Amino acid sequence: MNKILRYWQLAQDMLSGDQNADRVVPPSGYTASLTTFVSFAMAFLTVFALALFLATGRLADRWSTELAGTSTVRISAPDGQMDAQAKTVLGILETTPGIASARLMSEDEQRRLLTPWFGVDLPMDNLPIPSLIEITEEGVGPDVNGLRLRLQAEAPGAILDDHTRWRRPMVKAAQRLRLLGALSIGLIVGSTIAMITLAAQAALSANGQVISVLRLIGARDNYIAKAFVRRFTIRAFLGGLIGSLLAMLFIYFLPAVAEEGAFLTGLGFQGVQWLLPLFIPLVAATIAFVSTRFAANSKLQRTA
Amino acid sequence: MIELKRAGFSYGGGAILADVDLHLTKGSFHFLTGPSGSGKSTLMKLCYQALFPSAGTIKVFGKDVRAMTHDDIAIIRRRIGVVHQDCQFLDHLSLAENVLMPSQVSGRDLNDDLQNMNQLLNWVGLTKQINALPPQLSGGERQRAALARALILSPDVILADEPTGNVDWEMGQKLLSLLIELNKMGKTILIATHDMNLIRVAKPQVAARVLRIQDKRIVSGGADL
Repeated sequence: MNKILRYWQLAQDMLSGDQNADRVVPPSGYTASLTTFVSFAMAFLTVFALALFLATGRLADRWSTELAGTSTVRISAPDGQMDAQAKTVLGILETTPGIASARLMSEDEQRRLLTPWFGVDLPMDNLPIPSLIEITEEGVGPDVNGLRLRLQAEAPGAILDDHTRWRRPMVKAAQRLRLLGALSIGLIVGSTIAMITLAAQAALSANGQVISVLRLIGARDNYIAKAFVRRFTIRAFLGGLIGSLLAMLFIYFLPAVAEEGAFLTGLGFQGVQWLLPLFIPLVAATIAFVSTRFAANSKLQRTA
Repeated sequence: MIELKRAGFSYGGGAILADVDLHLTKGSFHFLTGPSGSGKSTLMKLCYQALFPSAGTIKVFGKDVRAMTHDDIAIIRRRIGVVHQDCQFLDHLSLAENVLMPSQVSGRDLNDDLQNMNQLLNWVGLTKQINALPPQLSGGERQRAALARALILSPDVILADEPTGNVDWEMGQKLLSLLIELNKMGKTILIATHDMNLIRVAKPQVAARVLRIQDKRIVSGGADL
């Protein structure tokens, strides 16, 4: 706790306004624009990476929960046996523990499922389309292996699909995307630290004469570092704020796509998540504060 | 005030100064002379901790410089006014701001030192240039501005490294008069110069001692002018 308080006091001391001290370092120089631009660009990218991270998280959760409590039985049998096998399967399902309900899907429902792929004029009568039974599970669900064996014995054309075969890779893909989002945020933070440290070092080197004069007249290291740290922190905060706001605006106005494009429409923030990007300028300022202080201390320690 | 005992300084394996003994007492006036490259500037830098001795000991205001932290050195430098041959300023700040800078960095109330600054600039004859930027000043004006800056905190010791190196003879004499005047006010003065004429001019005005560096050592320490 004391350590936190000490850092807080240090930060307050470093950032406290002193108009005269601020003027010690010449205001111009490419490092000024570079720091602001780096912070702006990184904040902009971070907002998108954060949106990707959150969206893929939601997607993985949705795919996982929506498909977890359901399964399907597909019956492929000669025309004369289709109804009989469907009846048998429904009978088996009714007596199987872990199944809340089972229902044979109508031709209309099947047509609707196939419409996105084959269009509205699908001639269902001429196609060997299997019958589908939708199962809603309850509790921990049925004993899948036992049910498969029973179906195989009593209705040879019935195949139980508990969705795990394609649900797992989809959830895995969404989780990988989420990891990618987190990795991107990590890389952006790392790059920001590196670039701001380099910019600070360049500024310190470019202002060697300023440091030399300040040293000569009795300035403490803390005073010299403060002049640089405060300036870089403010620049990083402003750059980060503009970058974050602009990226939020872009995301807010992302074109609304139809339900089929659910993934794209999901890229963004929901509810209180919109507050998260507002922390990015603070993170950028903290990075600049720590990086510049580190660079300044290293430089000042090396010079007499 | 400043005491060197068998102090030496080496750089890149070669000795620049060796076995230097020097004692600057309160209110003393010393000239440090010797040919170019003899180590005058190095000795001055050792006195204000821009360099640290490779051998021997240096005590400033009673403290061993080896035991000093960066902050200690900063505090010590507020008691030592330094004037260089090629004096450096913060070129983006006005003369007034530069002269007041030592007050600012030491956390003093600038309003208290404003009057001091005006008096100092009047004393060194730079009242008209108060708002000028350092690059707009002539060599002599820069030397006098550096002197004003060195004096704003009323230091105990003034170290002047070739203070007349970049100015004409008349201006050199004026700067010397200012330093002599300061010595009469009780300040300890050490002037490094290779200009023997300057030392001769000072002879009737001040009881100064001349130190000569030769072969990395002070060979005529204590010789009266």
